[in-house]
Amino acid sequence: MIEVLYFAWVRERIGIPRERIETGAKTVADLVEELRGREDRYAAAFEDLRALRVAIDQELTDFSASLEGAREVAFFPPMTGG
Amino acid sequence: MAVRVDPARFDPGTELNAFSKGVGNAGAVVSFTGVVRDVVGGLSAMEIEHYPGMTEKAIAAIVDEAKSRWSLADALVIHRYGRLEAGEMIMMVATASRHRVDAFQAAEFLMDYLKSRAPFWKKELTRDGAEWVEARDEDEAALDRW
Repeated sequence: MIEVLYFAWVRERIGIPRERIETGAKTVADLVEELRGREDRYAAAFEDLRALRVAIDQELTDFSASLEGAREVAFFPPMTGG
Repeated sequence: MAVRVDPARFDPGTELNAFSKGVGNAGAVVSFTGVVRDVVGGLSAMEIEHYPGMTEKAIAAIVDEAKSRWSLADALVIHRYGRLEAGEMIMMVATASRHRVDAFQAAEFLMDYLKSRAPFWKKELTRDGAEWVEARDEDEAALDRW
């Protein structure tokens, strides 16, 4: 089981802030493919990966990263702090 | 070194006085305060979302990086989240050092990294509706100078 979190417009498009997912995905990219295939709202959120950032266990990483041992994966747009 | 991620309003004068009192004989204190702008006259408020847990860790890592690059006696980062009205303070950075250049550069470094590497997302609420603020290429490019 992996905890998947969504922020900002990713959260709005998918309609929920977080969910627990049972997945055999080996990488973030595999997980994205799996989510895209679920429903239109996921396909809409993950339409353009260049517009997205990903963190595994609260550390920024990239879509090719392995999910081995990961507890938490978060998807969000580029950050706009400050 | 203090990091505060908090929805509450803060007074930059009070914060800066308290910070300056605690820096010993550092000699140079620099501060920056970010304020909610009234963009083209139509902004009524801003909503800031963040990633609890990651936000604090990411800011602490940015502060650690600044400490490794410059000689800092102390640093302070305050960043709010939640709903903010136009004119309210969003965030504040303060740095203290024996040398002015270190304090200025470290403050700029903290600002540049907070903008693009701390997990905050701003949404502008105007009369015409709500819109997520898009990250700008310049903000990402600003990191290259460090």
